[in-house]
Amino acid sequence: MPSVHYARLKYLFEMESQRQIIERLRAAFQSGVTAPLQFRLTQLKSLLSLLEDNEPQILEALQKDLAKPKFEAVLSEIDMVVNDLCYTINSLPTWIQPSYVGKNLATKLDDCFVRREPLGVVLIIGAWNYPLQLILAPLIGAIAAGNCAILKPSEISRATERLLAQLIPKYLSQECFAVICGGAEETKSLLENRFDHIFYTGSQAVARSILQAAAVHLTPVTLELGGKCPCLIYGRLDMLAAAKRLVWSKFFNAGQSCVAPDYVLCTPEMREELLPAIAKALSIFYGSQPKQSEDFSRIVTDRHWDRLMALLGKTQGRVVMGGEGSKEDKYFAPTVVVDLDGSDALMQEEIFGPIMPILTIESLEQGITFINQREKPLALYVFSDESQVVNMVLERTSSGGFCSNDGIVHMTLPGLPFGGVGASGMGSYHGRWTFETFSHRRGCMLRGWGLERISMLRYPPYTESNLSWLRWATSAKKKSWGVCSVM
Amino acid sequence: MEKQAVDGARRAFNSGRSRPLQYRKQQLSALLRLIRERQAEIVSALKRDISRSEFDTPIFELIGIENDIKLAERNLADWMAPQPVKKTLLTITDDVYIKAEPLGVVLIIGAWNYPWSLTLRPLVGAIAAGNAAVVKPSEVSKSSASLLKELLPQYLDTEMYPVVTGGVPETQELLKQRFDHIFYTGNSTVGKLVMEAAARHLAPVTLELGGKSPCYIDKDCDIAVACRRITWGKFANCGQTCIAPDYILCHPNIQHRVIEEIRQTLLEFYGEDPKTSPDYGRIINQHHFDRLLALIEGCTVAVGGESDKSQCYITPTILKDVLPHARIMQEEIFGPVLPIVTAGDVNEVIRFINERPKPLALYVFSSNKKVVRRMLNETTSGGVLVNDVMVHYTINALPFGGVGNSGVGRYHGKHTFDQLSHHRACLIKSLAMERLNMARYPPMTPSRLRTSMFFLRSRSGSCDQALRAWAVVSSLLRYSDIIVICFG
Repeated sequence: MPSVHYARLKYLFEMESQRQIIERLRAAFQSGVTAPLQFRLTQLKSLLSLLEDNEPQILEALQKDLAKPKFEAVLSEIDMVVNDLCYTINSLPTWIQPSYVGKNLATKLDDCFVRREPLGVVLIIGAWNYPLQLILAPLIGAIAAGNCAILKPSEISRATERLLAQLIPKYLSQECFAVICGGAEETKSLLENRFDHIFYTGSQAVARSILQAAAVHLTPVTLELGGKCPCLIYGRLDMLAAAKRLVWSKFFNAGQSCVAPDYVLCTPEMREELLPAIAKALSIFYGSQPKQSEDFSRIVTDRHWDRLMALLGKTQGRVVMGGEGSKEDKYFAPTVVVDLDGSDALMQEEIFGPIMPILTIESLEQGITFINQREKPLALYVFSDESQVVNMVLERTSSGGFCSNDGIVHMTLPGLPFGGVGASGMGSYHGRWTFETFSHRRGCMLRGWGLERISMLRYPPYTESNLSWLRWATSAKKKSWGVCSVM
Repeated sequence: MEKQAVDGARRAFNSGRSRPLQYRKQQLSALLRLIRERQAEIVSALKRDISRSEFDTPIFELIGIENDIKLAERNLADWMAPQPVKKTLLTITDDVYIKAEPLGVVLIIGAWNYPWSLTLRPLVGAIAAGNAAVVKPSEVSKSSASLLKELLPQYLDTEMYPVVTGGVPETQELLKQRFDHIFYTGNSTVGKLVMEAAARHLAPVTLELGGKSPCYIDKDCDIAVACRRITWGKFANCGQTCIAPDYILCHPNIQHRVIEEIRQTLLEFYGEDPKTSPDYGRIINQHHFDRLLALIEGCTVAVGGESDKSQCYITPTILKDVLPHARIMQEEIFGPVLPIVTAGDVNEVIRFINERPKPLALYVFSSNKKVVRRMLNETTSGGVLVNDVMVHYTINALPFGGVGNSGVGRYHGKHTFDQLSHHRACLIKSLAMERLNMARYPPMTPSRLRTSMFFLRSRSGSCDQALRAWAVVSSLLRYSDIIVICFG
């Protein structure tokens, strides 16, 4: 059979399977099985068991995909999801309660509240850099909100993809949750279907086509994208402490984090202090030969490694640390580049690797202008002991999230919404925010039959006096009105 | 011309002047003055556009805007203040909060049925959130559009809030520009095009669309009162309201009673000849007039059915025994035509509603708590109102918006402010307490991992006592750091 014909048949077969899966989940949703609190809690607890029972296999898969050190895998993948799960399981009974709202005089005797309702069948598309966390953290909220969900893990982190495809059906209801594997073709055909929400983590380019596919069905989306997260170092500070936190955030997961500080801005004088501090931090963390350190990750694929090497080849800057790598094991040394400006090759796209450009600025003002000339980033970092420096940057810039004197950790806090703004994304999640993302907030009002005399004020034939009464009854008052009521 | 307006708005936003509380309050109070001082002109414009009764305009359009402005004026300082959030053991000495920030330049596309409310209420939220806004009123309500273009610059910062008028080509030109949020009110077809245009710039959208809002009348209810309320909601603004009860679902046995009650109420409201009543409106234009007449074709008219093309007048019309697959049941009616579809029981009603796209509003008339509970639990919709129609719209504490085909996002009151803000997560740390951080650095040892996990792990219950104890310990540690620095 000609390969084109075969490919088309295979494509049709998979499309049919995808459609069947979606129909099965939709039927399950419509049957109401995901609505009761008990079901949601059972599924969440099952997901917890999945993580607890399979920690070694998960660590192994992450090691295969990214050479992820056990420490990083536990902290940034397993534990983050476990924490979110525990928090959600404990809080869900409260979150699903209707919230009552204030009324106006004409509706004082009515019940007005907001119900959180499930949306239906949602699609969650994961990414390869934190392949477990980025697909399971949204799933927690999707389940908590009472939806059915299709998971589409990244095909680039193959070992984790396969593990998820194997474990999810074992622990979660197969009626309501499914894993669909595949690459760009499969994702494209998946997106032709109607979903009630699409949650995507990944790149801006793909995000545009996802939004366009969503527009056809008026599907709401959450986009967790990236960009270049600036790190401004200015004013009085403890340089070694700052360097340690900077190096930790930058080289964690070999720089392959959407919230890694992408580039550094500081004055030439500070750069003189910063460089030896970075070198010291690197040697404390990874020793003199980071390639031998068990605590330093690898680049995810050859293609990504090549991209990073090419960037280094094109830069006009000077490599002062690192710069070497070996393609066989996808090792890329922690690298620092200086003497470059905003037009450099390293400053055109998100680096997403262990290359740290350091650009110099003459003043804080210049630094802020530089940041504001670019797209709004997912995270923005400032290192300084001077609170007016921190406040000035905070007030004059915009970003998904903001952290002073540290990196990445703001996204580990359950109370903070995690998401971008502008080109770095739309929507947010983590903790309660994931639950809200996957819920519909339905405004509800329950009236009675009585007091029809009051209602009659609004009926035709219209008169001036009825109008004045009605305006008075329905308008907001300057002070709260206490007990007195027109009833 | 469109590009100029957008560029001007962006320049104005970048100047930073829309951010301070004082500026926002000043603009909001100017908007309030506009509505109050120019009410007579607004009422005339609406009369010309849609034959809106002068009594309907304040209730249906202006009060909502006024209430939103007053709410914002009263609470804006609170809304703008950082909202602290729950901390963890590791962040006990840090500042952790969410801060609402402006998005930038917002595009507001209004609709023709309530041209003032649907354009200005989003604008109130845009101003309150510190944004610039390009306002594009609907060209279909011509008089209101040109009046808005004339009045807004007299009260508000012109560069920051330009009004762009025009039709489809002008709107398309606008949609090519880059915005930080697009707020659209209208129909689903154009809604999809707006979302697609927004996709090019990765701009978030709020789409206030419509659909067929079902109205279920249970056997067990006060049918007379129900029908009176439904009549009011259906025929106000000549049925041209996104949350008007689109069609009725009821048991065949009460259909006749329902028709009679509505007929009686229509007499009370508009008299023998609604054409002569000052309180009854007209269809906005020929196109919609023709569309509505085509929808009536083939159905059984129980009440009304007459029309006058020269006035775009259609008498209040009720259709009985309408079949689910009839043409009038396939699209939002948006006119003074009320079909009644009969259904045997609540199960059939729920199935009927769930087989169709999610509506913007759902109305249930019943005294039976079980029926009400089932309708709430087993269906979904933008909003739901039991035993009345439309008035849930007046509670600005309730989020107003659709779901699925009826829309994306929500607004009114504080919800507009939230919708048009970016809620930025902020963590303000100090470089002190580095000893605590050391547990997370490589090289890794099992004991370091254990320490890190201790601090980062979520506890199964609330641990306020532990947190308090830790607050004391961490303060001591902080002082010990200082002592070490001083003497070390």
